[in-house]
Amino acid sequence: MTQASVLKNLDEVRAMIKRHKLNDYIFAIVGLIALMIGLLTLLTLFIDLVMDGFERFSLEFLTNYPSRRAVNAGLLSAWVGSLLVMVVTFLSAVPMGVAAGIYLEEYAPKNWFSDLIEINVTNLAGVPSIVYGLLALGLFVYILDLGQSILTAGLTLGLLILPVVIVATREAIRGIPVAIREAAYAVGATKWQVVSQHVIHYSFGGILTGVIIGMARALGETAPVITIGALTFIAFLPPSPVTTEPPFLNFEWLSSGFTVLPIQMFNWLSRPDHAFHVNAAATGALIIVVTLLMNGTAIWLRYRIRKNIKW
Amino acid sequence: MVTATTPIKAESRDLNFYYSNGTRALKGISMPLYENKITALIGPSGCGKSTFLRCFNRMHDLYPGNKYDGQIVMHPDNTNVLAHGVDPIEVRMRISMVFQKPNPFPKSIYENVAYGLRVRGEKNKRNIDDKVEEALKGAALWEEAKNRLHDLAFNLSGGQQQRLCIARALATDPEIMLFDEPTSALDPIATANIEELMSELRNKLTILVVTHNMQQAARVSDYTAYMYLGELIEYGDTDMIFTRPTRKETEDYITGKFG
Amino acid sequence: MATQVLQNPLELPISARLAKNLKRNFVERVIEFMLMLAALSAVATTLAIVFVLIYESFAFFEHVSIVAFLTDTQWTPLFEDAHYGIMPLVAGTLTTSIIALLVAVPIGTIGAIYLSEFASHKTREIVKPILELLVGVPTVVFGYFALLFVTPMLQKIFPGLPSFNMLGPGIVMGIMIIPYISSVAEDAMRAVPMSMREGSYAMGATRFQTAIRVVTPAATSGIVAAYILGISRAVGETMVVAIAAGQQPNLTFDPMESAATITAYIVQVAMGDLPHGSIGYQSIFAAGLVLMIMTLVFNILGHLTRKKFREAY
Repeated sequence: MTQASVLKNLDEVRAMIKRHKLNDYIFAIVGLIALMIGLLTLLTLFIDLVMDGFERFSLEFLTNYPSRRAVNAGLLSAWVGSLLVMVVTFLSAVPMGVAAGIYLEEYAPKNWFSDLIEINVTNLAGVPSIVYGLLALGLFVYILDLGQSILTAGLTLGLLILPVVIVATREAIRGIPVAIREAAYAVGATKWQVVSQHVIHYSFGGILTGVIIGMARALGETAPVITIGALTFIAFLPPSPVTTEPPFLNFEWLSSGFTVLPIQMFNWLSRPDHAFHVNAAATGALIIVVTLLMNGTAIWLRYRIRKNIKW
Repeated sequence: MVTATTPIKAESRDLNFYYSNGTRALKGISMPLYENKITALIGPSGCGKSTFLRCFNRMHDLYPGNKYDGQIVMHPDNTNVLAHGVDPIEVRMRISMVFQKPNPFPKSIYENVAYGLRVRGEKNKRNIDDKVEEALKGAALWEEAKNRLHDLAFNLSGGQQQRLCIARALATDPEIMLFDEPTSALDPIATANIEELMSELRNKLTILVVTHNMQQAARVSDYTAYMYLGELIEYGDTDMIFTRPTRKETEDYITGKFG
Repeated sequence: MATQVLQNPLELPISARLAKNLKRNFVERVIEFMLMLAALSAVATTLAIVFVLIYESFAFFEHVSIVAFLTDTQWTPLFEDAHYGIMPLVAGTLTTSIIALLVAVPIGTIGAIYLSEFASHKTREIVKPILELLVGVPTVVFGYFALLFVTPMLQKIFPGLPSFNMLGPGIVMGIMIIPYISSVAEDAMRAVPMSMREGSYAMGATRFQTAIRVVTPAATSGIVAAYILGISRAVGETMVVAIAAGQQPNLTFDPMESAATITAYIVQVAMGDLPHGSIGYQSIFAAGLVLMIMTLVFNILGHLTRKKFREAY
């Protein structure tokens, strides 16, 4: 190529690059906007909820029972109900999910049997939550006759978050290098000793992350709890789990009727009277704050684990 | 072969390079690339030969934090390709590259070769057809590929894929072509094909090749540079480097006492 | 105090050592068995879901013919003149889901491309966790948003829009699944090997050209999997539509009308006081079975495409 032709060529190339780079800038802006739509909507939603519900933010809102008058209505029975349901969910899903995760990672032979379980876990994670409600209605409420109780709701949500806990446990365990296990086996540990003293110990952070995310999901779930027939107007508290007389524990609360935060919100939202919409907004703001705090903790925990542990 | 009349296509002048973690990977490298010649870069792994090669088409710009210090000047226009005002895209349009492992796109053979033209905004199908054929012929792949131009490139063998990547780099008439250990992932027969191809390409363009294989450097190149720990130890006529190296380090490496 | 001498196990009589090993092995076996039972709970749950849905649907189909179920254009199980055609509910479900996809697919894909190919490392480190956070926001809150924020806004643009309609909740469901689609699609694009990007940049391609011509096609099956799993979420979503789309089964694909979805119908019946064993009660299981089959098809398709993608890289 002659000097002149190279130089002429270069001018053309530079003009073309300029045109092409314009596309880069345009897309960078469009992409940023697209991303912001996702992010800013939540901010809008949250600000909207806080502004709409602002007038209900008070301690009475948390200590009052629901009422026919929106101004007096409160969340007491709902948040206590949520709390008790979460206790049952935690106690059912966590031991089961962690045990299943350990089995799949540490014990299960790699064959059709473990494939079957694995397919089931993946599939369950994609089942719509309302279907869990139908399962609970048919199985827990009627076949097992547990009624429309806290126990039923807690078990239902426990099943719902089971895949989350299993997947988190497996991922956490998978991060532990084989060398650690071999070191423990080399000093004569049995399999269960390796699992209970090392594997669970080292994967604790990862499992905790999954448990928190699962519990946050359970707290916000509405559809399955409605389906089993949670009551929407509850002006009493379940019997206290702790008593002053021996044996100090009381399990009557398990079979008690109840309501939970998202159902209370749904109920207020379904009423035509706008005053109740204010209550719904305040409840929504509370639910968002609590679930975001839980998920935020979990994500922060996960990033911290990833950062700190370098095997 | 080094004569005063051999024109220089590009030269690096006191080039230093720093990776984002602060490592100084190249230390004051100055050397010319002669026009229509093959220059080979040899040296033990980690000596900076690939790092140096990737400076020529500004590949390091893809990863934030990397820093060039010095110049690589292209002739005849005297453009310093490392200058801040020079767009790396412009540089890459003039200097193309073939990678260590064949990296065809998940597209047809035809579309792989046409990629550079499409990127340049070429829309005329006749022009593209002609260029694709020319490039595939130039890369000695035309006979094998002409009846399956619209097959997925992944269906080719490893050696064919690498020749496809050469055709892709060739289709846009680059002034310089960079080869980063182009045969390290290939079997001996495919390697021989690629080496033959490089010798033929010398008539059209300037080649810089990194190789881990000293015999390869001796077979294909006109000039050889020996690098060690980011420094250019010796540079000269290939025959001279392999028969009468002036530096002890070069001799040790070439005779296999080290490396 | 006498010092305790540790006994070398090898000095124990052989019978004692055997007994010890036997006991240890027994304990290990029991533990393994219990862990296996826990793992089987996943299988049991699936079986239980299938059993309950089919068992109650079976009772339903003793009263209603499958042909009528699939072809009747009305769904009025709670009326005097009861009709049991699932089509209106399916139409409502599909309409809201399609609106959601029309919103989420373009925005989610563009967001993913931006995040994977354009954003700096630092931006990605901040945005990714926020996307994960958004995936966790309870849907009942989005229902509020659809009913009391988006629909009133839409009514300013379309004055005739009823306060229960499919457009508002459809859009909100779309916004709701944007983070999910973005996040999964971005994972797929990140998995495209760097050597492919280098090949494109080395040809003088710009960022945009590399993203559109090389990375996106290479990640297609992963991105499509994100869409399919997104559809499945939209189809199974309950609260947003139950709150804002209305409760009237209505065989229409017009987004400006109010219509019940499968999920909204189940909620509506569950909120009421239907006696166990009545046909109304059984009808929600038949509706649930249809829902389950729809989402199952999407989930299987989604996982197959995703698996295909993982095998490619």
